[in-house]
Amino acid sequence: MSEKAPTAAGQPPADEHARVEAGASAAGAARPRFALFGRAIEVRNFGLLLVLVILAVIGAATAPDTFLRTNNVLNILQTASVIGVVTVGMTFVIIGGGIDLSVGALVALAGVWCTTVATQDFGALGMLFTALVVGAAAGLVNGVLIAYGGLVPFIVTLAMLVGARGLAEQISNRQSQIVRVREITDIAAQKIIGIPALVWILAVVVAIGWVVLNRTTFGRRTFAIGGNPEAARLAGINVRRHTMLLYVLSGLCCGIAALMLVARTNTGAASAGSLYELDAIAAVIIGGTLLTGGRGSLVGSVLGVLVFTTITNIFVLNNLSTPVQNIAKGAIIIAAVLLQRRTSGAPGRIRAT
Amino acid sequence: MAANSPPTPIPGVNRRNFLLGAGVVGAGALIAGCTGNESSDDSTGSANVGQAAGDNAQPGKEVTIGFSAPAADHGWIAAITKNAKAQAGQYEDVKLEATEGTNDVNQQISQVQTLIDRGVGVLVILPFDGAALTDIGKQSMAKGIPVVNLDRIFTSPLAYRTWIGGDNFGMGVSAGNYIAAYLKQKGVSNPVIVEIAGIDNLPLTQQRSAGFKQSLEANGLKVTARQAAEFTVDSGQRVAANLLQANPKIDALWNQDDDQGLGVLAAIDQAGRDEFLMVGGAGSKNAFNDIKADNKVLKATVLYSPSMSSSAISLARLIGQNKGMGDLVEHEVPASITTFSAVVTKENVDTYMPLGFES
Repeated sequence: MSEKAPTAAGQPPADEHARVEAGASAAGAARPRFALFGRAIEVRNFGLLLVLVILAVIGAATAPDTFLRTNNVLNILQTASVIGVVTVGMTFVIIGGGIDLSVGALVALAGVWCTTVATQDFGALGMLFTALVVGAAAGLVNGVLIAYGGLVPFIVTLAMLVGARGLAEQISNRQSQIVRVREITDIAAQKIIGIPALVWILAVVVAIGWVVLNRTTFGRRTFAIGGNPEAARLAGINVRRHTMLLYVLSGLCCGIAALMLVARTNTGAASAGSLYELDAIAAVIIGGTLLTGGRGSLVGSVLGVLVFTTITNIFVLNNLSTPVQNIAKGAIIIAAVLLQRRTSGAPGRIRAT
Repeated sequence: MAANSPPTPIPGVNRRNFLLGAGVVGAGALIAGCTGNESSDDSTGSANVGQAAGDNAQPGKEVTIGFSAPAADHGWIAAITKNAKAQAGQYEDVKLEATEGTNDVNQQISQVQTLIDRGVGVLVILPFDGAALTDIGKQSMAKGIPVVNLDRIFTSPLAYRTWIGGDNFGMGVSAGNYIAAYLKQKGVSNPVIVEIAGIDNLPLTQQRSAGFKQSLEANGLKVTARQAAEFTVDSGQRVAANLLQANPKIDALWNQDDDQGLGVLAAIDQAGRDEFLMVGGAGSKNAFNDIKADNKVLKATVLYSPSMSSSAISLARLIGQNKGMGDLVEHEVPASITTFSAVVTKENVDTYMPLGFES
């Protein structure tokens, strides 16, 4: 399943588009696109779906009168939506061979910045604009330092993690800023065709992310750069600019998530989004994306987030204590990764990159 | 960027760059202006200060007080530091040397060491972790510098001259008794009582929960469901959203912390629930305002007031000047003072309003 295999086989595809496409398809055989999509759902994420089903059965068995109620399912989805949007950006960055530790802090920074008294005076659109621009701008700083400054992503985003949270504390004066703009706080309570608005936002972000990742040159370049940056550069990809854009994308996702969290909590706080980076990275890895880059699945990441949120929900429904929750969570993460790897039959995949 | 350059052979690219550049600069200017946080109706910013009474009001020997506390990452700790500074400002005979708050015990130990080396007269320490700072407290006491241990207690009495702190167990008791009285008055049998705790592995959380549990038990009641959040707004929202699903009908809810309570209230609002009584904890300005407005499920909160920090500075001054406390007969400041966890309701909220801290 190595993506370098087709090119190495002495029959270089006409362009990187074909090359990456070939790499993504297991046998390298020409397949219709929709079949490839079907494969992505059925095989690659089968293990995770299985985990989700098992969790659902456990949930339904242990909390029969609450777990399967519509409100509870919607609650799980709603809780997953904020971290889900962050995870979409994280998936891009990790597939592109990087890592973004600053996401939690960026959610806090964008959330605080868009809920200052001055910003709230501009109304809902002003808050939206601010959250997105702050997220993207912080991502741009990450991206420029990593791509053009030649610094290690781990260090740059670690510095951003500390710095952005500091800035958030500075701006908010370490206080919780209450949102008085009704249009924003209403988002969390709003439902469209019975589905909460926040879940729709996640769905739209995931859909756009999926198309960009799997159906555009941008996506293919992301895989190529993550798989082998040098080869990608030789193939004529502007690796630096692309890497920079990946971090901007991640920052933008944090901006969106920040606004969603603000809507959900009616508050902008510098303490928001703590440890989101770990949740997002764990979800991405559980979802079958290689931490070393070059290979990954957006659908898998979203399933990973759902697994996490469902676990927490089941714990609360059964009134389990925090220590028990943490022990079980750790065990379930390992179990999910093992099951995921077994069902997608891929010890060989590990060797691929 | 390309803003001032003349037209070039590739005008398309230039225009795009120009627009992009102008857009970026414009957005930057707009956003940068948005960090302002001055509210027009901001009448607060006041800290808790108290006046010394009787003979103790007379300026005495100059006392240098060293102050060390955790990072002000939430409203309560922020108020602790603010109150200490404000109270020190009340006395012309007190000089305060405050270090920048930190959540790294190693860092805090070295800060306290620095204060000792600088030769302060009295230390006021709110340790991030009581056990970790006990040794440095002992060293300070051994060197003859009295330590006022604020709130999170050291593991050995050798490490402090006086301890002043809140009553976590008492908070739980106050909340439990208030809820029990309410349910009794309403005549609910087999009530569903829900508790949202703070960070679960902190002793203070366990003490609050123990007090709550025991006072309910004394009234023949028990906690139906208990979950821990993390003292943050978003954790409060997350936990409450799940808890509300787990319990379709609730009679009373105690949330241990008013700051995470903002998230809890948001979740309750989004779930459209209002069938129960909610009691908060700590006593933030936001909670007081909600209780006063009386338009949410939050009807009361049990105090854990950061005003104790103002009192700690007063105690440190008295210790430094070898004075006792005015109304007590003792010649010295007592070794231990526990503040009382009062229940603030709509009836008495006005008197407590000045104690509310910005969370």
